[in-house]
Amino acid sequence: MSANVSDIAAQAALATDVASNTVDPIVMSFTVFILAIFVGYHVVWNVTPALHTPLMSVTNALSSIVIVGAIIASGPVEMNLATVLGLIAVGLAAVNIFGGFMVTQRMLAMFKKRG
Amino acid sequence: MLSANMTELAYLVASILVIFALKGLSSPETARRGNMFGMLGMGIAVLVTLQLDGVQNYTWILIAISIGALIGGIAARKVPMTGMPETVAFMHALVGLAAVLIAVSAFLNPVAYGIADALGAMHTASRIELFLGTFIGAITFTASLVAFGKLKGFVSGNPVTFSGQHLLNLILGIIMIGAGIVFCVNESPEAFLLMLAVALVLGVLLIIPIGGADMPVIVSMLNSYSGWAAAGIGFTLGNNMLIVAGALVGSSGAILSYIMCKAMNRSLFNVLLGGFGSDTSSSSGGAANVGERPVKSGAAEDAAFLLTNARSVVIVPGYGLAVARAQHALKELVEVLQSKGVKVRFAIHPVAGRMPGHMNVLLAEADVPYDIVEEMDVINPEFSDTDVALVIGANDVVNPAAKTDTASPIYGMPILEVTKAEHILVVKRSLSVGYAGLDNDLFYMDKTMMIFDDAKKACEAMLHAIE
Repeated sequence: MSANVSDIAAQAALATDVASNTVDPIVMSFTVFILAIFVGYHVVWNVTPALHTPLMSVTNALSSIVIVGAIIASGPVEMNLATVLGLIAVGLAAVNIFGGFMVTQRMLAMFKKRG
Repeated sequence: MLSANMTELAYLVASILVIFALKGLSSPETARRGNMFGMLGMGIAVLVTLQLDGVQNYTWILIAISIGALIGGIAARKVPMTGMPETVAFMHALVGLAAVLIAVSAFLNPVAYGIADALGAMHTASRIELFLGTFIGAITFTASLVAFGKLKGFVSGNPVTFSGQHLLNLILGIIMIGAGIVFCVNESPEAFLLMLAVALVLGVLLIIPIGGADMPVIVSMLNSYSGWAAAGIGFTLGNNMLIVAGALVGSSGAILSYIMCKAMNRSLFNVLLGGFGSDTSSSSGGAANVGERPVKSGAAEDAAFLLTNARSVVIVPGYGLAVARAQHALKELVEVLQSKGVKVRFAIHPVAGRMPGHMNVLLAEADVPYDIVEEMDVINPEFSDTDVALVIGANDVVNPAAKTDTASPIYGMPILEVTKAEHILVVKRSLSVGYAGLDNDLFYMDKTMMIFDDAKKACEAMLHAIE
C-alpha cells in the first residue's frame, strides 16, 4: 500500500518535471501555512473567553512542536556542537510539552458546573 | 521505518489532533478531551520523528526528553494559579530559545537537515527561512524573559523609557535585517551571528518601555511570536506539522492580543510604543481630588444586610481579590447567599487578572461553578435589574469615566456598568488609584458604600455577619 502511494507520488513528480512545471516545496509549505492560519483563526474565535488562560498554556505546549526540529538536529550519533545544541533544544521543548499539557489539564479539571 | 509518504500522513493525523485540542476549548465540557487529543497528536509527532532515517542518537535524545519531562511535570504541579502569567511568559522564552538553538544547529550542520547542496552550501530559500526563524525566535526569547521578570517582580513593572528609544530600536532593526540579507546572499557566519546578537538585544529593548498593566497584551503577543518561530523552523525543515502547529499558535496569540487591546480601547501599536501605566501618567482626570471628596463608608454588617435582602447580586472581582487570597472566603459567602435564595453571578472584564481568562481560572480554583461566571457582554445588560453590585479588588474596569469623561486616558474603554445597579458595594483597602493611575467617580456616588478593608477580611466579616 505504502509502496503504491510512493510510486504514484514519484510518477506525479516525474510528470510535473517533464512539463518543466515543478512546484517548489516552499510554495506547498506556504500553502499549508496560509490555510492553517485560516483554520486557527476560526477555531480560536470559537474558544470561550473563560478558557483563554488554558488556551495560552496549551498553545505553549503546541509551539514546542519545535521538538521535531530539535530531534532532527540531535539525530546524528557523532557528537559535535550542532548535536549538543539540538539536545539542549530537545530538553527545553520537552519541559514545555509536558509542563504545558499538564498544567492545562490541571486547570481544566478545576472548571466545574453547579451542584 | 515508514516511507516518506507515510511519515507525512502520520504528521497530518497529528496536525488534525492538534486542531481538535484547540476546538475542544470552545466549552469547558469538551476541553479536557481536547487536551487529550493534543497530547496524542504531540506524541505521534515525536514518535514519527524518532523513526526518521537521520535520527540515530536515541540514548541522548531520550535522556534529554526525560529531564525535560521531569522538570516540566514538577513545575506543572507546583505552579500556583496566580503565577500562571509569569509561567506562560517563561515557557514562551523556552520555545524562543529552543528555536534559536535549532536554527544555529541547522546553520552549523545544514547537511543533516537536507537543506544544503552537494558542496554543503545552503540553498538560498533555506537561508531566508533560517534568517526568519532565528530572529523571531531570538526576539521571543529575550522579550519573554523581560516580560517574565516584570510579572515576577524581578524587574520593575514601571515602563523604562529614554529619549531616542524608538530611533535606537529602528536602527537596530535595520542592522538586524541588513545582516540577515547579507547572510541570505553569501551565507556569511559573521552576518548570521550579528543578526542573532542584535535580535537578542532588540527583544529586551522592545519590552522594557511597556508597563505592568499592559503585560496581558504582551504575553499574548509573545504567545503569537512563539508560534511564528515554530512555523519558521517548519519552513526550514520543510515540515508541515511544524508549519500547521506554528500557524495555529501564531493566530491564536494574535487574536488574544487583539481581544486584550480592544478591552483596553488601545491599539497594539500604542501598547508597543510603551510608557503607559507609569507613575507620571496620572496628570489628567480626577486624580488631583483623591481624598478630598466625601465618600460613604460602611461596616461589613451593613454590607451583609444589603446582600441578604437582595434578589440578585453581581460580584465584580479584580486581581486585588487574588492578591488578598480572598477567593475561598468569597465563594463561601456566595454559597450562603444562594442558600438564602439570592441569585448570585460573577461579572468578568476581559482584562481582569493579569492574562486573558486569568480571573476565570482563579475562581474555578476556588470551586466557583463556571456557569455563574459571566462575560462582560452578557452581564452588562443585566446590571439595571441587579440589586447589589459587589466590587472586590477591581478599579479601572468599573470606572464610569471611561464612558463619560472624554478627557480621561481610559475614555472609550469598555467597562462593567455597575452604576446601573440599585446599590453598589466596593471593598477596597483605601481610595488609592488603580493601574491607570486614575481616581474613580464610582467611589463617590450616592448609592455607593465603601468597605475599607482587606478583601479577605471583608469577605469573612460579611460571611460572619450573615450567619
